[in-house]
Amino acid sequence: MIQTAAVTWTALEPILPELLLVGIGVLLIGCDLFIPRQRQVLPWLTVVGCATALLMILGARPTSAFGGMFLADGYAMVFKAICLGAVILTTLISEQFWQTVDGRQGEYYSLLIFSLVGMLLMASAGDLMVLYLGLELMALPIYALVGMHKRDGRTSEAAVKYFLTGAFASALLLFGMSLLYGLTGTTDIGRIAEAAAAMNVAANPALLAALGLLLAGLCFKVAVAPFHLWTPDVYEGAPTLVTALMSIGPKAAGFAIFGRVVFYGLPGLQDHWGPILAVLALLTMAVGNITALCQQSLKRMLAYSSIAHAGYALLGLVAGTEEGMAATMAYLAVYLFMNLGAFAVLILLAAPGQCRESLDDCKGLAGKHPVVAALMLVFLFSLTGIPPTGGFIGKFYLLKAAFVAGYPLTVVGAVLFSAISAFFYLRVVRLMYMSEADHNACLSCSPGMRAVLGVCLAGVLGLGFFPGPVLGWIVAALAGS
Amino acid sequence: MSMPLLSILIFFPILGGLSLLCVPRQQTATIRTLALLVSLVELCLTLPLVLLFDKSTHVMQFVEQHAWIPALRINYSLGIDGISILFLLLTALIIVVSVLVSWEAITGKVQEFFVAMLLLEGAMMGVFCATDFILFYVFWEAMLIPMFLIIGIWGGPNRIYATVKFFLYTLVGSLLMLVGIILLYQYGGRTFDILKLAGQAYPLKLQLILFWAFFAAFAVKVPMWPVHTWLPDAHTEAPAAGSVILAGVLIKMGAYGFLRFSLPILPDATQLMMQPMLALSVIAIVYGAIICLAQTDLKRLIAYSSVSHMGFVTLGLFALNQRGLEGSILQMINHGLVTGALFLAVGMIYERTHTREIAAYGGLASTMPVFAGFFLLFTLAAVGLPGTNGFVGEFLILLGGFESRPWSAVIAASGLILGAWYMLWLYQRVFFNEVKEGMQGLAPLDLREIATLAPMAILILWIGLYPNALLGFLHVSVGHLLDQVHGVGLAGTGTALPSALAQLP
Repeated sequence: MIQTAAVTWTALEPILPELLLVGIGVLLIGCDLFIPRQRQVLPWLTVVGCATALLMILGARPTSAFGGMFLADGYAMVFKAICLGAVILTTLISEQFWQTVDGRQGEYYSLLIFSLVGMLLMASAGDLMVLYLGLELMALPIYALVGMHKRDGRTSEAAVKYFLTGAFASALLLFGMSLLYGLTGTTDIGRIAEAAAAMNVAANPALLAALGLLLAGLCFKVAVAPFHLWTPDVYEGAPTLVTALMSIGPKAAGFAIFGRVVFYGLPGLQDHWGPILAVLALLTMAVGNITALCQQSLKRMLAYSSIAHAGYALLGLVAGTEEGMAATMAYLAVYLFMNLGAFAVLILLAAPGQCRESLDDCKGLAGKHPVVAALMLVFLFSLTGIPPTGGFIGKFYLLKAAFVAGYPLTVVGAVLFSAISAFFYLRVVRLMYMSEADHNACLSCSPGMRAVLGVCLAGVLGLGFFPGPVLGWIVAALAGS
Repeated sequence: MSMPLLSILIFFPILGGLSLLCVPRQQTATIRTLALLVSLVELCLTLPLVLLFDKSTHVMQFVEQHAWIPALRINYSLGIDGISILFLLLTALIIVVSVLVSWEAITGKVQEFFVAMLLLEGAMMGVFCATDFILFYVFWEAMLIPMFLIIGIWGGPNRIYATVKFFLYTLVGSLLMLVGIILLYQYGGRTFDILKLAGQAYPLKLQLILFWAFFAAFAVKVPMWPVHTWLPDAHTEAPAAGSVILAGVLIKMGAYGFLRFSLPILPDATQLMMQPMLALSVIAIVYGAIICLAQTDLKRLIAYSSVSHMGFVTLGLFALNQRGLEGSILQMINHGLVTGALFLAVGMIYERTHTREIAAYGGLASTMPVFAGFFLLFTLAAVGLPGTNGFVGEFLILLGGFESRPWSAVIAASGLILGAWYMLWLYQRVFFNEVKEGMQGLAPLDLREIATLAPMAILILWIGLYPNALLGFLHVSVGHLLDQVHGVGLAGTGTALPSALAQLP
């Protein structure tokens, strides 16, 4: 006889935002199918749904549900806010994007929402099973989104590449998880930490193998070198809108599970993963920044720059301290605004039928469109990490955390690579301000695009001038979780 | 005094600059006038500081302190002492004349130019007021953005190379300093407050590491030999106003950084590194002067003369005695005025002739007599003729250098002779001889240009005749600084100095 516990509806309270989003996702499919003439409501429905979920998450008390499998703690809250912010902002510019590309867009929004639910689950994962579930739920819709332009060979190639490497990474991750389960007898991250602490690490090669496999899988997901090779092609091939989303949302969610596994799950092994991650972070910055130097395509350059930024964000995990974790979160929050701002300008540059993605398309932008150029200027200086932008505060926090945790040489390397990165970000500024335009580009700016550019500017400068409240919120959220 | 005078000083030009954005782009005349107005009001805002300043104490005055980023323990704390107040005055003045000299020289993107200039002014004021290390760093780096644009957009033909070189040099130096700041934070009681960081007895090894980390940022900015190579390019290619600001204020910040951070926070390392620093200064003096003799480009010559003059500044600084330090600070102000004035003058003549080749000039004394008079005064001040401000500063520095390490003063004095050689030779080639083709019929200086040069000329003579007007601000603050340097005591003097000698290049 099967015993079923009575469903207590109050137990569902922590996952209400996710349930709401699933409902919205289904509703979006329905709207797309049954009222095809009213497609313009789809983005608004998405934005309203996400905004409601965001408010619910920000207002919720820290709890856990389903026996600790789902943690709605402060840690999850910060990452969820970043993922939701990424989805809201990219949805606001989607209207402009689809106008220039002229593709069928109905399924875009529902896929986006399902992927978002996956990201939120990843942020809340208190158990390896939920973690993997969230990861796959996040990744599968993204594979489809990358290949949205069915007639463009580039995006299909990108989708296949992303799918194959992503599946491979998931396999590595699963292998690592199964080893960990075999060693500790549990998939609960908290109990894994207890069990691993009791083990003699040096005498247990299986544990180290599990750690190695987990790290490899996670590094794949957040595009850390040497597991980054899929990133440039996929980012360049995917529709720019999807690239913008991928460079932030899934990356933030990836860092969320990265933190859960290494920082909460295997803190006892820090002597092992700390130095490894330090080397990988440096390697990532080196690969990202140096390769970006010689790119001719702005989109590809931003792809490499996002690899480099994964390296910076990793510094907080390297530190392995609460401060470091807070620094990574703060950096991702800043990165949301500055990177999305840069991508929004890239999307704005595109005209119907032309994908203006090369660096030369920025030439003389300041003469024709001073406001757009000035916005791009702020985003690029923020990506470089020059004060008074948010990029500086974020980077400084990371450097400080890693330094205090005992990685001075890594920090010196990071600042040197950051100086290298100035060169290619400045090249865009140079082309915008110090060259003459080749062609007369006439830009049209949708209201959503205006809103996004405004929000990104406010975010970058606000976090640069008054980072106190946000940093305080992150530290408090982390301490309370 | 409850008015936040220093905050007003920092944010007035920034807000003023942003308010220019409200003016329609086509109304360039309005934009120029507004920019001039903002810079003049800013100059007036420095007056209450001078009047209310208490010269009898070394403690920070006009202090403001608010928590800025509690999570990172960064405060918004401002304050000035006798050293920084002079730089505030200099900055405000330099910006006014820079606005004036750009009146007609800047024709494209006028709005952006003046906005960049006023934002730059706000950041420069912030650098001299900040007493929190990170706040200082924020202003220090924020300056780079407008300066990068000013050189890169409105500069000469080779401007892009020059501006990228300028940006990358300074950025690498600054980032190394940032790591140093974090290191200092870790060992200095987890604070970024400059006043609390000073006067702690750090281990000598730590001090040396920090000294070189700070050296990376400050020496590039000064610029000291051998990291001076960005300066000739940047100065040459920048528009006249850019050169004036670079020479007048920006490169002073390196020396100011040494004064504010390296000397009081790292006294032992400073004493240990005194000889190498003096040697680098002397090399800069002689090397810069010799290079000047070989220049064919007007602006490049003045740029290299800056290297030589800044060598004097660092010489006086690392002499580590009252005379040397006071002379050094005075010389920074002097150099800002004199070299700034020279760049202004060159900018004016360039507007008329559109060439910087010295060989293309000749006989200007007969075609532009008023201009020649001004230029003569600036030349003589650069040479260090008694009666001009250049003399007082250089004399004090040589005196201080001689008291400290006689060899440094002996070699540095040869820089004066070379200085007279290249400056007077320049004057001879440009203003005397027969009138060259294309030099006839140049328009004489108009009222705006005279109004630009006159305050510089007056100040040059005034400081030359009555240097105590400025030195009076310095005595107490410099005395306190020297107490900090010498007071803590040198850890292991006997053993450490020979090893420092061995590091002499």
